Amino acid sequence: MKICEKAFKNRCLIRYEGDLWFLIRIVKMKSFFTRYTPLQIAIHIYGWSALVRLLIDFFTHNLTANPIQALEQRTGRHAITLLVLALACTPLNNLFGWRELIKRRRALGLYAFLYATIHVIIFVDLDYGLAWSLIVQTIIEKPYILVGVLTFLMLIPLAVTSFDIWKKRLGKNWKRLHQFVYLIAPLAALHYAWGKKGDFFALRGDIIRPLIYSLIIILFLIMRIPQVRRAVASLRDHILVFFRRFTPQPKANTS
Amino acid sequence: MTYKYKSVPVKSSEITPYAHYLSRREFLKAAGMVTGSALLAACAPKVSAAAVAGSKVTDLPVRRDEFGDPANSFEDITHYNNFYEFSENKEAVHKLSGDFKSHPWTVEVYGLVNHPRTYGIEDLLKKFPQEERIYRLRCVEAWSMVIPWMGFPLASLLKEVEPTSDAKFVRFETLLDQTQFPHQGSHLYPWPYQEGLRLDEAMHNLTILATGVYGQPLPNQNGAPIRLVVPWKYGFKSIKSIVKIELVDKQPATFWKTINRKQYGFYSNVNPNQPHSRWLQTSERRIGELGHRATLMFNGYAEQVASLYEGMDLNKNY
Repeated sequence: MKICEKAFKNRCLIRYEGDLWFLIRIVKMKSFFTRYTPLQIAIHIYGWSALVRLLIDFFTHNLTANPIQALEQRTGRHAITLLVLALACTPLNNLFGWRELIKRRRALGLYAFLYATIHVIIFVDLDYGLAWSLIVQTIIEKPYILVGVLTFLMLIPLAVTSFDIWKKRLGKNWKRLHQFVYLIAPLAALHYAWGKKGDFFALRGDIIRPLIYSLIIILFLIMRIPQVRRAVASLRDHILVFFRRFTPQPKANTS
Repeated sequence: MTYKYKSVPVKSSEITPYAHYLSRREFLKAAGMVTGSALLAACAPKVSAAAVAGSKVTDLPVRRDEFGDPANSFEDITHYNNFYEFSENKEAVHKLSGDFKSHPWTVEVYGLVNHPRTYGIEDLLKKFPQEERIYRLRCVEAWSMVIPWMGFPLASLLKEVEPTSDAKFVRFETLLDQTQFPHQGSHLYPWPYQEGLRLDEAMHNLTILATGVYGQPLPNQNGAPIRLVVPWKYGFKSIKSIVKIELVDKQPATFWKTINRKQYGFYSNVNPNQPHSRWLQTSERRIGELGHRATLMFNGYAEQVASLYEGMDLNKNY
């Protein structure tokens, strides 16, 4: 008899299981969205989708008549874009008080390193077929390649030490080490600019894109100078006070 | 005067009809896909493997240069173009050039000549017999193609206008028209595009004015309706969509030299011994291949053109 009851109960449960499962899913979804912020999701989608698009274009033969060059250029562009975004976090936090940005620097920096690594692997393996004598000759002969190599070499320790263990282990030195990005970003921009046809410093030729990247990097670096940062912050406060005048203030209690 | 490239007379019966050529392209495309994916599977850029895998495809009567290398596909030639008047993006040029009006078109030949004249493009096509020339094109950006041009020697045009004894150089100019060439609005370039040749270079039999590719009228993205082709010089010397040819007594200013005189010289002969600060000029990538191949002096035309530069220091006059 008891067994029968149990079976009946189980059957009832099964009937509701569908609904229950649905409920659990909603709760889980909610936790997914509470665990990952929209910014985080956006960063990871950008980080991986660029690679996926690259692979799709690679396998569907949509990488132009000169696929290796296209791969080099596209991975390089993604790397510098992500590096600029990582560099943007601190000044934007200072300006708008968006603290979450500080937490996202690491992901952006690591994605930048990922694309820089693919960029270098394509250059060394796919483009030059591991012909080291030719690679060395190129590095010596072409200043822009030398700058690119230096940029990548400096990125390696930063990427390796970007995890919490290293942050703890290095203490104060961690910040000092990661301040190398002030050098890395302009060098990356220089590598990009020199790689284009034209004369970057005479502002002639195919230099629009590297110019835009350089200006953004310079702007972000200037915004980190303490005096500038303070000036910008006080300006921001002034503007906020100015706008507050036009918003209705809560009436003072007259009674 | 006998030239290597001319030593293979083609009978009219051997010329592939256009329809056959098109169907062959389909086959080549399919074959290319197969060999391409095989290469991807191998995941290693070995040219030799590509050459072996591709040899079956190239057994067909494909146009070849005098070294036996097959011409690049019409697709490659028309979808990978350096044409800064349209865009800095090589893949965007064929899309942007769709509406370009290459008819009516006139070419003005003037300057130090006895008979200055303005030719309509139809006159040029009628007056000068068009012949096919299969040339290598070596871009300064270290890639190259083999292209079956249609055209006629520049010399036959110059002989008709009779340069005077003062004429030492020839200056070429591209159309200046921002409505047709959107990127001519950019202030970063010294428009219009100009190029120049020494008179003896211009009179050389290898120098042609091209009016077609693969037996077809020149596509817009390749410099319709008429362009220069100087096969032993870097590609940027071969100016596109010419409207003016002027004979002058002084070395004319040229487009890329004006932009960066350290990197681009007036002569710009293909020269593996003259390093460039941007690209490795000792080797090149043939479009369609994955590895590098050695760049040849004067792009492989040394036998024909080296005499033009006898006694000149080519590292100074780059």
